[in-house]
Amino acid sequence: MHFVNRNLANPKQTSNIGMETTLSVEELNKREAEFDAKIAGGKTIEPKDWMPERYRKQLLRMMSQHAHSEVVGMLPEGNWITRAPSLARKAVLLAKVQDEAGHGLYIYSAAETLGMDRSEMIDQLLSGKAKYSSIFNYPTLSWADIGAIGWLVDGAAIVNQTVLAKCSYGPYSRAMLRICKEENFHNKQGYQIMAYLMRGTKEQRDMAQDAMNRFWWPALMMFGPSDTNSPNSADLMKWKVKLHSNDDLRQRFIDRTVPQAEAIGLRIPDDKLKWNESTRHYEFGEINWAEFNQVISGNGPCNKLRMKQRTDAHNNGAWVREAAAAYSAKKAASKK
Amino acid sequence: MSDNNHQWPIWEVFIQPKNGSAHEHAGSVHAPDGEMALLNARDVYGRRLEGVNMWVVPATAIVASTPEDVGPFFDPANDKMYRWPNYFKTPEGIKQIS
Amino acid sequence: MILNDALKEYCLRIADNSSILAHRLSEWSGHGPILEEDIAMSNMALDLIGQARGFYSYAATLEGKGRTEDDLAFRRDAREFVNRNLVEQPDHKDFGTAMLRSFLYSCLSYLQFRALMNSKDETISGLSAKAIKEVTYHVRHCGDWVVRLGDGTEESHRRINNSLEELWMYTAELFEQNEVDALLVKEGIAVDLTTLKQDWLNLVDEIFTQAKLTKPAEGGYQSSGGINGMHTEHLGYILAEMQFLPRAYPDAIW
Ligand SMILES: [Fe+2]
Ligand SMILES: [Fe+2]
Repeated sequence: MHFVNRNLANPKQTSNIGMETTLSVEELNKREAEFDAKIAGGKTIEPKDWMPERYRKQLLRMMSQHAHSEVVGMLPEGNWITRAPSLARKAVLLAKVQDEAGHGLYIYSAAETLGMDRSEMIDQLLSGKAKYSSIFNYPTLSWADIGAIGWLVDGAAIVNQTVLAKCSYGPYSRAMLRICKEENFHNKQGYQIMAYLMRGTKEQRDMAQDAMNRFWWPALMMFGPSDTNSPNSADLMKWKVKLHSNDDLRQRFIDRTVPQAEAIGLRIPDDKLKWNESTRHYEFGEINWAEFNQVISGNGPCNKLRMKQRTDAHNNGAWVREAAAAYSAKKAASKK
Repeated sequence: MSDNNHQWPIWEVFIQPKNGSAHEHAGSVHAPDGEMALLNARDVYGRRLEGVNMWVVPATAIVASTPEDVGPFFDPANDKMYRWPNYFKTPEGIKQIS
Repeated sequence: MILNDALKEYCLRIADNSSILAHRLSEWSGHGPILEEDIAMSNMALDLIGQARGFYSYAATLEGKGRTEDDLAFRRDAREFVNRNLVEQPDHKDFGTAMLRSFLYSCLSYLQFRALMNSKDETISGLSAKAIKEVTYHVRHCGDWVVRLGDGTEESHRRINNSLEELWMYTAELFEQNEVDALLVKEGIAVDLTTLKQDWLNLVDEIFTQAKLTKPAEGGYQSSGGINGMHTEHLGYILAEMQFLPRAYPDAIW
């Protein structure tokens, strides 16, 4: 039997938007208690279910940031589609970047079930009100960067998204499930690019190591600040929107990635990195959080460029979107 | 910015994964009308050979039951076990007929 | 000219057209007017890359010198490219120009592959049978957009009309043929393009009527010579970008 993926198609019908003001305090407390019990019992929350306003807001913030990251993330890799070194690589990269557009689309759709239109979310991105992953504010300077991104950045995304697929909000978790299926190919193609470079010419090996040196630390930053400095973590964990701490996921990523690097002869640019036999984890050096904070607040190498590219695409497309809508309206009117 | 920010209405996409099976919800797309919703659905959800037929439905046309409906809508079926074939035990000594 | 060389040249032509048009479409990745369309344009580009690979590979086999599809795509210079000049024209991120360019080319490509499905050469007919499905969709998708933009808003009509004025001079060339065609048509391998011209006009006129567009007057400049390696200035820039890595690192395997 198949149920509709989102039990609510029209986001404007979300049942409890603006309702909290009309509920009595007792009623509100009762509903919150029911909600908490549902979460504790591992139940999924669906769009029409009652939810605390803060849950809805936090989810919207998180999901729209995630969707923005997918879409902005197309840009650094998109740089190299027209310069890919073979037809096969070109097709793979184009399909990969296209998937990211799809991911953005799926997540925006899921976020729309919480009562915000995609146009409003896009406004928030372009006005600088909403954030996106800091990693996409680093430049792609060589072909090896395409390998490094697929392998490290998508690798980190997989660690995050596999967990998110079990989160408490139904539409988000289902979007993640679909995305995870597509994500593995991204990671593999990136690793394969690196592997080919590492068994290639000296110039190719240098290119790969250089990409590794530039992308390793920013990839670790993708998991966000240490949990003690992550303002929203506690709430999100309570609501099972987040299921593991940022530090746990970062560790998981490092543990699975270091052996992959070693297997193809890449050096991890961290002098403090070493295997700890008793914890069965890698120890690693200090992350440069000052850099992270700079980039996330708009002062990374490519923040301005990425925003300009998205804004240009959006503005250049305005007449096209308008024309299509005008045409449909005309046709609908002439049918009547 | 908002006035140049049409993103078009939402359409729900249903795909029949293979000949003979039922349509399943795949996701949504934005489109100004049905024809473009179909084309967009094909491009977004058909990238990995995913079906033989597609429906697109304006999201606003879908009426969903509410969480409060769960009881009255679905519970009454609970005590009608005779609707299930395994409710009927064949008396001993009679050969199974299907 | 011997048959084998003619056939190789014919395959290169199809492959060059596909590869160069794919390049133009893929420039839109991440820059489309709306997410759905970004995805659609990549789909078309991916189809075209697939076609290019098929026909380059066959050309390489026919040549028999051990070159690969990538050697043919990345190690030939502009004067050796035999694509029609229409597909190399830039769109300057004007979506209407991009759709119209693909529409005009896809109409020809559709008719050509439809005929080539009956080619006496089995590889050609096989590759065409696969490509026809892809190109049928390109005609529909791009045609749909030409109609919407032509009959959308005042601005969109004005813009797509400008695109038409810019691109029309590259359409007569779509039907140019040389000794390659003469030889292959005689052998039942290729299709005589002059027999497709009226069908092409019908396809185009049907969409233009719906789009409320008028074809530019006859008698203006028409480009010529793409199939003989005569190109516009744009191709050189495309190749500079596309071929940079294999040429900068000639020994590398990617
Ligand atoms: Fe993604
Ligand atoms: Fe990805």
